Amino acid sequence: MEGMLFHAFVYLAAAVVAVPVAHRLGLGSVLGYLIAGILIGPVLGLVGAETKDIQQVAEFGVVLMLFLVGLELEPKLLWQMRGRLLGLGGLQVGLTALAIAALAFSLGLYWGLGLAVGLVFAMSSTAIVIQTLSEKGLTKTEGGRASFAVLLFQDISVIAVLALIPFLAQPEPLALAAWLSAAAGDNSAAQGAAGLVAGLPNWGYALVVLGAVATVVLGGHYLSRPLFRYIAESRLREVFTASALLLVVGTALLMTLVGLSPALGTFLAGVILATSEFRHELRSDIEPFKGILMGIFFITVGAGIDLPLLFGDFATLLGLTLGVMGLKALVLLALARLFRLRAGDRWLFALSLAQAGEFGFVLLGFCVQNGVVPTGLARTLSLVVALSMLLTPALFILYDRLIAPRLRNGKGPAPDTIEEEGTVVIAGIGRFGQIVNRLLVAAGIETVVLDHRADQIDLLRKLGIKSYYGDASRPDLLHAAGLARARLFIVAIDDRDRAVEMVDYCRRTYPQVRILARAYDVGHLYLLKQAGADLAVREVFDTSLGLGAAALRELGMHPYKVERMTRAFRRHEAAGLAGMYDLWDQDPDIARNLALQARIREHVGTLQDALNSDRMQLHDRTERGWTPPSRGFSREPD
Amino acid sequence: MSNAPGSTKVDEAVGRRRILVLFAHPSLERSEVNGPLAAATARVEGVTLVDLYAEYPTFDFNVDLEQERLLAHDALCFMYPLYWYSTPAILKEWQDLVLERGFAYDAAAPALQGKVFFNALTAGGPEAAYCAAGYNHLTIRELLSPLEQMSRLCGMVFLPPFALFGARTAVEDGRLAGHIADWVRVLEALRDHRLDLAAAAPRTKLNADLDAIIRGA
Ligand SMILES: Cc1cc2nc3c(=O)[nH]c(=O)nc-3n(C[C@H](O)[C@H](O)[C@H](O)COP(=O)(O)O)c2cc1C
Repeated sequence: MEGMLFHAFVYLAAAVVAVPVAHRLGLGSVLGYLIAGILIGPVLGLVGAETKDIQQVAEFGVVLMLFLVGLELEPKLLWQMRGRLLGLGGLQVGLTALAIAALAFSLGLYWGLGLAVGLVFAMSSTAIVIQTLSEKGLTKTEGGRASFAVLLFQDISVIAVLALIPFLAQPEPLALAAWLSAAAGDNSAAQGAAGLVAGLPNWGYALVVLGAVATVVLGGHYLSRPLFRYIAESRLREVFTASALLLVVGTALLMTLVGLSPALGTFLAGVILATSEFRHELRSDIEPFKGILMGIFFITVGAGIDLPLLFGDFATLLGLTLGVMGLKALVLLALARLFRLRAGDRWLFALSLAQAGEFGFVLLGFCVQNGVVPTGLARTLSLVVALSMLLTPALFILYDRLIAPRLRNGKGPAPDTIEEEGTVVIAGIGRFGQIVNRLLVAAGIETVVLDHRADQIDLLRKLGIKSYYGDASRPDLLHAAGLARARLFIVAIDDRDRAVEMVDYCRRTYPQVRILARAYDVGHLYLLKQAGADLAVREVFDTSLGLGAAALRELGMHPYKVERMTRAFRRHEAAGLAGMYDLWDQDPDIARNLALQARIREHVGTLQDALNSDRMQLHDRTERGWTPPSRGFSREPD
Repeated sequence: MSNAPGSTKVDEAVGRRRILVLFAHPSLERSEVNGPLAAATARVEGVTLVDLYAEYPTFDFNVDLEQERLLAHDALCFMYPLYWYSTPAILKEWQDLVLERGFAYDAAAPALQGKVFFNALTAGGPEAAYCAAGYNHLTIRELLSPLEQMSRLCGMVFLPPFALFGARTAVEDGRLAGHIADWVRVLEALRDHRLDLAAAAPRTKLNADLDAIIRGA
């Protein structure tokens, strides 16, 4: 217990110290974590043997990350990506691996060894790249999307590579047995896998895998929603969070049992849930866990660096690293050209994916296990992988400082569609929000709708209205709904205090977003204005006026005269409200605010005047229009 | 009736003329010619462009504000696509409400006395149709006679319309850019007192031979 607390303390302290500093310096959080790891590991020696155990936990961060990535990707989108995924991704892995293998072969290494090393280096770091791209807001750019497609392909291809590696061993007597059994097709695909599927014949294994995938897809689609709805109705936040974690852990476990990549499984689960109403809620629940675990993962990478070996032959290692990154970048640039990315995106794509990645470590370990790569070489290569990951933030800085500014000076900002998140966020989709939303959607405006009543959301979804479950007064959920990029925030909830809190929060956190709010009455309207709403409208004002107008028409008044009177009434009301705000603002407590009292009395007084002594006052004002010439008017020549 | 252009006091004023353009197009998003024309207008210094349909989507005019605007300018222009040989509805409503008795007419000091009034319009029909022999039988100026008489009653100086005919094909025929350039030229000349009002007044349309009515630069 003490030991665990101590290590937790050391890890967290290192992160808390190093990451903000790195962030301030513009290095990005990933480099901060890596530096923190180097500090507490090889430099200070505070942590050591247990990094391996912690790494396993931390790798779960990658799993969570892929779940979140999946959550952002609707199946439709994935299908649209298929060309890039297979073309760009497949060519990147294939060409990079072959180039490195050819190089190794020309140096006299065994071809299998060369190819294995090539495959190790073909992988990039999903963790670093996705984290950095989203930190810099580049995920939605063309370059970001292309990078993502390649990373996704790499993650998927890891499974195939794991299956391939045993065949690459040099046929020595010792390795021969493994090779033979592998070549005989005996459970080859499940080599790296544990548990359930050991000893199954290939067709059985295939069936189990299919079953597992089907469980994730069907379960995710049909079972998870009623479950989440049931939990949501209980209104227990932490239970919802627990069930979100349960879903991810369960999926990961299932995948591990059948020998598939847990990251891939949860990615799939994410994609399945991407269209569900719980998407934003799930995202804001899982994100903090992912953030911390990913951080720890990067720290373990830093802590695991073998400093003596590194500095023993630093020049060679650095040369190797730069060579690998250069080669990868060349392949990427060529592909970017082939797939017609624009100049800026091309550089982003090539620089962001030039490093080797965390799967490199996994594959190297597996290679050693299978006698494909000797232990000594593997340790050196591990360092190359780590070093290249360490250099990645520098490449992003290069892009930020050198390439991005030049592009901006050139042809103006890239016309990417960053507005995808929906330009309007609507909180509250009851009777009020629904009408607002219907109008906006009919006008072709993208909206994101949030409500905390799961049954309501369910019903709306059945009617084909895109809406999400979640308590819209929670900052993280508002963030997940894309408020940072929204043009408008519409507060249409019926909870007065929360509405004011929400407006206040949004005004302080997202000053650029315009806020329109539903007010209960004049007092509430003033409170909303004070909190920073750009516009607040009383919820029943228009309808009441409409009914009043209908009454006048019922009484036989000419409809157009009624129309003119209601317009005059509206103007009178608006002027009155505007006139009283300043007084109210000085002291909202009417009991103490004498000036406001006087003003309200005056307001009531003029209203009574208008109604009793001079009924025609309102009337006269509207009557100003269309005044005919005087009866005797005729234009005399001058 | 002192309507002879040369004798108005505004024309002799030393300062620039301030021009108010009241723009009326009810479906601007579909406009091919009036939209660009209005955009160019907004960029001319000394010109105030008011998009009436944007400012008064329910025709609920702020009459006081509109009258103040008139007082603050020396020339008034209605800018619109020709709809049924007249202006779009909002410009009619504007006249009915803003040109009040006691303000614009039947007043001790008619507010618009001596100001310049003219129309900038676009018509779908070809120019050849707007004459006695054409299918519209009347010239564009004849069709605008209610507006001409309105301005006369208010003591304003009426100029013939600045008109673009065949507006539906102006873009594909490549006539729009030249028309806009002419329009900016006219606005600047009117602003800087370089437009010969007396020479322009009897014409059927303003933009026939600009060199003949614009002095200098
Ligand atoms: C309701 C309506 C009435 C019209 N009446 C006339 C007309 O009387 N004479 C004419 O030449 N064009 C007429 N047109 C054509 C418009 O003048 C023409 O579409 C317009 O000048 C094009 O300008 P825009 O591209 O800015 O909309 C009419 C168009 C509409 C929609």
